[in-house]
Amino acid sequence: MKAAAFDYIKAQSVPEVLALMSEHGDDARLMAGGQTLLATLNMRLSEPQLLIDITELTELKGIEIIGEHLWVGALVTHTEIENAALVKKYAPILCAAAPHIAHRAIRNLGTWGGSLVYGDPAAEWPACSIAVNATMVVRGLQGERRILASDFFVDLYTTALAPDEILMGTEIPLANAKQVFSFQELARRHGDYAVAGLAAVAKKTGQVFSDCHFVFFSVATTPVAAVQAQSLVNDQAVNAELIAAAVAAARAEIETMEDITNSAAAKSHLVGVLLERALKKMLAE
Amino acid sequence: MNPKIPIEMIVNGNRVQAEIEPRRHLVDFLREDLGLKGPHLGCEQGACGACTVRVNGQIVRGCLYLAVQANGKVVDTVEGLTAQGALTELQDAFMRRNAMQCGFCSSGMLLAAAELIEQQPQATRAEVREWISGNYCRCTGYHSIVDAIMDILEAQREQTE
Repeated sequence: MKAAAFDYIKAQSVPEVLALMSEHGDDARLMAGGQTLLATLNMRLSEPQLLIDITELTELKGIEIIGEHLWVGALVTHTEIENAALVKKYAPILCAAAPHIAHRAIRNLGTWGGSLVYGDPAAEWPACSIAVNATMVVRGLQGERRILASDFFVDLYTTALAPDEILMGTEIPLANAKQVFSFQELARRHGDYAVAGLAAVAKKTGQVFSDCHFVFFSVATTPVAAVQAQSLVNDQAVNAELIAAAVAAARAEIETMEDITNSAAAKSHLVGVLLERALKKMLAE
Repeated sequence: MNPKIPIEMIVNGNRVQAEIEPRRHLVDFLREDLGLKGPHLGCEQGACGACTVRVNGQIVRGCLYLAVQANGKVVDTVEGLTAQGALTELQDAFMRRNAMQCGFCSSGMLLAAAELIEQQPQATRAEVREWISGNYCRCTGYHSIVDAIMDILEAQREQTE
């Protein structure tokens, strides 16, 4: 359970990181919190020659309002998100989700950006980032570009980030007073990888939901939005009948994948269970 | 490849200098190089919590943290915190409540509990249980550990009333 030998460098700037990535390619790995990377190295599932510690990069830090958006830097830790007043106000589902991530000691080091670029199907942040309409800001040798969260998660452990790019952070549209949300996660023990999860966000006026996002995780290779369930619910008065219809739609449209905990059929069942709980909770708010 | 890297850190209040391999985990550096056997090795994957130590005031997994990352930082183990008296009430509560048997999980449990008491002084029993999910105990069945932590939280809450 000891890692193979590697070199280590603590980078001081983004240009330095980009140059190192270009020079070393696949032989190097970026390290932020290291909570996934070091476990991987300990089990020798990966043996990079060089670890590039990026924790000094100030451009990747910070939680602040910039214009119409909440900026959350890639290096912000899970604990920082859990405790941030700005996140509680402008992207509250993130505060609700944070305590579900692993355990406190891991949350103290693990990062928002690290979780997003790793793209684990059981992770909380990818689904949440889609549910809040985040935009990923990435930078490479060619310059900076923006990728919508809904376009970012491409396949198992695969994102739209190019090999020479680094995630700087995300821009999240500010939640207004009408936003309701529900974060649901089922796990066998607290802190385990999710068996199934849901990040649900909507705008609520009276009994009518609009702009719905129902994003499931841990049921497929990437987070998956229940698009038809969303359309069914959008701009309708939500009642027991509509909830039942949305649940049926979500179960039908999402192609679930089995894993070591559950069959695909069980995952489909849980999709419906979580959506029902989320809609009822959001309705009651 | 892999030259040793010079580092300097404060461990339990003492300045420590060393040259170490980048791949050396903080917990191995503390145990083997500094003789601090308080933190233990369990899973080396971050799941069991036996290796929990404090870096710059917060708990981390010593097995998922490289010694080189601690350069310029302040590290505390159960030995140092005990010497400082930072854990005395918690340790007394553990003893009163019989919250230890073999003691393997105890240093991690104490450090995790100390952070909870500091960060979430209003924690309920359910919240204490969730918080210590990151520390496995194979002996006690956990209830006595939760009892000990609740004793401290309740005493603290009574004092501030």
